[in-house]
Amino acid sequence: MADFIQLLVAGLATGGIYALVAIGFTLLWQTSQTINFAQGEFVMLPAFFMLGAMSVLGLPFWGAVVVGILVAALVLGVLFKRLVVDPMLHHGVLPLAIATMALSLFLKEAVKDFYSAEAQPFPPLAADVNVSFLGAAVSLQSLIVVAIAIGAVVALQLFLNNTQTGRRMQATAQNPTVARILGIPVERMILLAFVINAVLAALASALVTPIYLAKFSNGEYLGIAAFIAAIVGGFNQVRGAILGGLLLGVVDNFAAAYLSAQYRAAIPLVLLIVVILFRPQGLLGRVEERTV
Amino acid sequence: MSRARILLGSATGLIIVAGLIAAPFGLKPYGIYILTLWAVTAIAAIGLNLTLGYAGQISLAQGAFVGIGAYAAALLTTHGWPLGAAYVVAALACFAIGWLLGYPALRVQHHYLAFVTLAFSTLIYLVLRNEEWITGGIYGISNIPRPSLFGYLLRSPRDFYYFCLANLALVSLAAWWLIRSPWGRAFVALRENPVRALSLGVDTRRYTLMAFALGAALGGISGVLYAPLVQYIDPTPFSLLLSLNLLLMVIVGGSGYFFGPFVGAVVAVLLPEWLQSADRLYDALGPLSDVMRFVLPPDALKYVAKHYLVAYAIFVMVLLVFRPSGIIGFFQRRFTRRKPDTPPAAPVTQAKVA
Amino acid sequence: MAVLEVRDLSKQFGGIHAVEGVSFDVNEGEILGIIGPNGSGKSTLFNCILGQLHPTSGEVRLDGRAVTGMRPCDLNRLGVSRTFQLLQVFPELTVRENLILAAQEHKGSMLTRLFGARDVGLTGDAGRMIEFFRLAHVAEAKAGALSYGQQKLLDAAMAFMAGPRLVLLDEPAGGVNLTMLANLRDRLAAINREEGATFVVIEHNMEFVMALCSRIVVLAEGRIIAQGDPADVRRDPKVIEAYLGH
Repeated sequence: MADFIQLLVAGLATGGIYALVAIGFTLLWQTSQTINFAQGEFVMLPAFFMLGAMSVLGLPFWGAVVVGILVAALVLGVLFKRLVVDPMLHHGVLPLAIATMALSLFLKEAVKDFYSAEAQPFPPLAADVNVSFLGAAVSLQSLIVVAIAIGAVVALQLFLNNTQTGRRMQATAQNPTVARILGIPVERMILLAFVINAVLAALASALVTPIYLAKFSNGEYLGIAAFIAAIVGGFNQVRGAILGGLLLGVVDNFAAAYLSAQYRAAIPLVLLIVVILFRPQGLLGRVEERTV
Repeated sequence: MSRARILLGSATGLIIVAGLIAAPFGLKPYGIYILTLWAVTAIAAIGLNLTLGYAGQISLAQGAFVGIGAYAAALLTTHGWPLGAAYVVAALACFAIGWLLGYPALRVQHHYLAFVTLAFSTLIYLVLRNEEWITGGIYGISNIPRPSLFGYLLRSPRDFYYFCLANLALVSLAAWWLIRSPWGRAFVALRENPVRALSLGVDTRRYTLMAFALGAALGGISGVLYAPLVQYIDPTPFSLLLSLNLLLMVIVGGSGYFFGPFVGAVVAVLLPEWLQSADRLYDALGPLSDVMRFVLPPDALKYVAKHYLVAYAIFVMVLLVFRPSGIIGFFQRRFTRRKPDTPPAAPVTQAKVA
Repeated sequence: MAVLEVRDLSKQFGGIHAVEGVSFDVNEGEILGIIGPNGSGKSTLFNCILGQLHPTSGEVRLDGRAVTGMRPCDLNRLGVSRTFQLLQVFPELTVRENLILAAQEHKGSMLTRLFGARDVGLTGDAGRMIEFFRLAHVAEAKAGALSYGQQKLLDAAMAFMAGPRLVLLDEPAGGVNLTMLANLRDRLAAINREEGATFVVIEHNMEFVMALCSRIVVLAEGRIIAQGDPADVRRDPKVIEAYLGH
C-alpha cells in the first residue's frame, strides 16, 4: 500500500508535468492548427535560459525561473509564432508540422553544439526529504511538483472561464471565423495562446529539469509524452489533456515498477496506438463526422 | 516538354551518371564510403517519397524499416547466408510490416498518422536495443561480411560502391515505372483528393496500404545495403532521428518529384562532407579557386559543416517557408513558370478526425 | 423498372435528423431532380446513398440488390458515379490523366494496372470525352490550371468516363456562367438521350432543373414533402412554403 501511494504520487507528479506540456499543445492546435513537433524542446530549452540567468545575471534560483519563463514567452511564444508559424500557416497543416520537426532538430542541435552535450546540474525545487503522506513516505519534491502543476491548471481554467480575454480565447479556439465576426481580436488571441503555451512549457521545464538535469535531449521523450497525453485525453479539449497527462504519468510509473523497466517507454506508445486506432477522438474528445 | 528541355535533361542525366561511375577513381576510400552512403540513403528516401510524396501518407517510420533491413542482413549474413537471401527476407518482411502499419492510415490522417508511425519507429528502436538475445542489444552486431556476386567477393570500397550504385539504378527504374503506371496515377489521386478518388472506383484502402508497404520495402532494401557497408551495426543510427532525417530529405529535395530524394540525399549526406573539404575542392578549380576562397571562405564552410544539423534545420525551415515544393520543385517552376508555388503534399480535402 | 430504390433512409448527427425516412425510386433512363432549401439534407442523402456516410437506418437497393453501406469505390465499379457539390478534380494531373484515372480502376486487375499499358487502353475513351465536353484545347494542361467552368466540365466528364448507368450530380450548375451552363445542360441531356444513362441531380438553379428533369423530389428538413412532375411541384403550396419559410 505504501509502495502504491508512493508510486501514485510520483506518477501524478510526472503526469502533472505532462499535462502542462499537453495543454499548451492542444491550445496551439485549437487556435491555429499548429502541431508543434518541437513541444518537447520547448520544455528542454527554458532550463538553459534559467541556468543562463543564474550564471550570467547572477540571479537566485526563483528569480532565474521568472526570467526563464519571460524569455521563453518571448522566444518560444512570440518569436515562434511570428517567424515559423505565421509564414507557414497558409501552406497547410502538414508543411507547418514538418517545419516544427526541423525546429525541434534545430533547438536540440543548437543547445548541444553551442552550450553543452553534457547534462548540466540544475537546482532542486526542495530539499531531498520525504514527508509522510497517508502512511507512505513521499518525496517533498513530488508534492511540490503536483501542487504547482495543479495551481497552474486551476489558474489557467480560471483565466479561460472567468475573464473576458479568456472567454474570447475560447471563442477563438472553437470557431475563429465566427469569433472574428463578433469583433474578437483573433490574431491577438492566437498570439496569447502561443505565449501561454510557452509559459506552461517553461514552468514544466522548471519542474522537470531538477529530476533529469538539463540536457539537450530532454525534450525527446517529453514531447512524445505530451503528444500522447493530448491524444489520449482528446485533442480538442483542455481537460482531455489534463486527464491524458495524469493518466500517462501514473501508467508510466506503475509500468516501470511492476512491468518491465526496459519496455517502460513502450507502454505509452502502445497506449497511443490503441487509442488512435479505436478511439481517435480521445477519451474525452468529441467526434466530428468526416466531412465530404 | 520541348525538345530542348529533353536534350538538356538527358545531357545533365548522362553527365551525372558518368560522374557517379567515374567518381571512385578520384576518391580516397572515405570519399567512396560517403558516396556509397549517399546511394544507400537515396534508396530509403525514394521509398519514403512513394509513401509521402506521391501517395501523401506521412510516415515517421522509414528509419525503422532501414533498421529492420539492416538487422535482417546482419543476422543472416553473419550466420552464413548470402546477402541475396537477406535481400528477399528484408524486402518481404518490410513490405508486410509496412502493409500493417498502413492500417492506421485508413482511420486517421496527417498528424495522427505522424504520431502512430513515430510510435512504431520508437517501438522498433526499443526492440533492437532490448532484445539482446537476437540483436545483440547496445553491443550490436559486428563482422558483417561484404557480399559476393557470382562468386566474386565485393570486398573493396569501389566494388561495393558499384554494387550499391547498381541497386540504386534498379530501384530508380522500378520507382520510375511505378509512378508512371496507373498505380502512380492512383497514388497522386489518393494524395490530392482521397474522397473523390474513392468515388471514382479507386480502392483507396488498397492503394494506401500498398504505398506504405512499397515505401517500407525500399527502406528495408536500403538497410540490407547499409549493414555490409558499415560492417558493424547497433541500434543508434536507427532511432527516430533517422526517420526524421529521411522525411526532411524528401521535403528538401522535393516531395512528389522523382528526383527529389536524390537531391535530398545529396544535401543531407554529401553536402556536409563537401563543406568540410571545401579547401581541397577549391584546389581543383585552378584560377577560380582564389575567387571562391574569397566569396565562400573555407573556414566559414568548415564552421557550417561542424554545426551541420543546426544549419540544415534552419535551411529546411527557410525552404519550407519560401519554397515548400523543395529544391527540385524550385527549379522545375523556374524553368516552366506555371503557377504559384504550392506544397504538393497537401490534399485538397481533409478528412476531419478530432 | 427502378434502377435505384431508396427505402426509409435516415441519418442522424448527434441528435439532429439530417435525413428522416426518405423513400423514392429512380427509374431507368430518367433524370430525377432533388430540390430543397439549404440544409434540407440533400447532400447528406447523396452521401448516404453512395456509401460516403453510413445511414442510421434504411436501405438502398441497386437493381433490386441491397447496397446499403457499400464502399463508394465498389459501388462505383457497379456503375454508380457521382460529382460533388464543390469542385473535385485532381489539380496536379492533366485533363487527360484525370479522365483516365476516372475509369482505370474499372479495367483489369491490380497486377495488369502495374505491369500493363500506362493508359489502360483508355486513351481513346478519354479523347472522345474530351471532344464531347469541348476540352480539346486544354487536354494536356494540368487540371489545376483550368478556369472554373472548365474544371466543372472536367468534373462532370470524369463522372461519365467509365460509362456509368446511374450518375448522381450534386449541384452541377453551381457557380457556372450562363454559356457554360447551357453547354453543360446540353451535354447532360445528350448523354441521357444517347447512352440511356440515368441521372439524379441536386440543384438550386430552378430553370436548370425544370429544363432537365422529368421528375422532381422536394426535400425539406430531411423529409420528402412533395414529388412528381416539375410543373406540379412548382405549384405545390407545401413547396412554396418550404422555400419562402414560415
